[in-house]
Amino acid sequence: MTPAASARFRPGDRVRVRDAWPEEGGRRVHIRTPHFVRGRVGEVERVLGAFANPEDLAFGKPGLPPQPLYHVRFSQPELWPGGGRTDTLTVDIYESWLEAPR
Amino acid sequence: MAGHHHDHIHAGDPHAPVAEHGPSPEYLLLERAVRELLVAKGVFAADDMRRQIDLTDSRNPAMGAKLVARAWTDPAFRKKLLAEPKAAAGEMGIDVSNTPELIVLENTPTRHHLVVCTLCSCYPKAILGIPPAWYKSAAYRARAVKDPRGVLAEFGTALPPEIELRVVDSTADLRYLVLPRRPAGTDGLDEAALAALVTRDSMIGVSHPLSPA
Repeated sequence: MTPAASARFRPGDRVRVRDAWPEEGGRRVHIRTPHFVRGRVGEVERVLGAFANPEDLAFGKPGLPPQPLYHVRFSQPELWPGGGRTDTLTVDIYESWLEAPR
Repeated sequence: MAGHHHDHIHAGDPHAPVAEHGPSPEYLLLERAVRELLVAKGVFAADDMRRQIDLTDSRNPAMGAKLVARAWTDPAFRKKLLAEPKAAAGEMGIDVSNTPELIVLENTPTRHHLVVCTLCSCYPKAILGIPPAWYKSAAYRARAVKDPRGVLAEFGTALPPEIELRVVDSTADLRYLVLPRRPAGTDGLDEAALAALVTRDSMIGVSHPLSPA
């Protein structure tokens, strides 16, 4: 891990996970962003530092430059019907998967 | 009774063959081929691999329980465990070199944490050892995010509705350890007695620590 001085988002920022589906492009990919948060809006809880990009590492590439990694918190009832009103789901998401909400 | 020996499974038969539910033969062959190539190419030696397996097998939930019990009894250590988990674990003699970054999630009177890895089976092995089979099951991985309170109920864990439940999906480069709340009625207990109350499941978040006898 290296410090993520260049992190684009800060704790409290609203962010949207890109609604992208690289696994449908016909080439082999390694993705660490779960399906159920793609296209969803959450809040940055914490900046975790920068890590070599696992989407490259999986194919023997160096994964550089390191990707800032975030804790993004989603409201449970916004993701699924039911559930406790204040319940949340926190997911580790790399910066390349995040954008400012429209 | 004709054909008795083949009619049913002898559940209590001490000589019943041990059922194997390991990986498929193809994966076993693949693992062996890759391992032998890595050794032949000098990436690591066979002995390195044996030592790593030894180290992995030596880790177990009692190590995590020691951290939790120390955090319950020593406020300075609790602070350190939350701020610098790997440094705190190292202080307690747990070898965390070459292991992923660790985050400790503290349960409070108003907040409970539950850990899952929906994409695979990421788990704080350095602190808790090998994960239980259910942690790697598709059912747990899917349902812990979608119906976490239902999952807790099936583990026999009551969580009042006013307590916020935070599910943490361990998808990337970090591993998570839940710091459960100290049970009531444990004021007189020493650190070793407290550690005995800290179960593996309470450090994953599917249950609470045991109550004192």
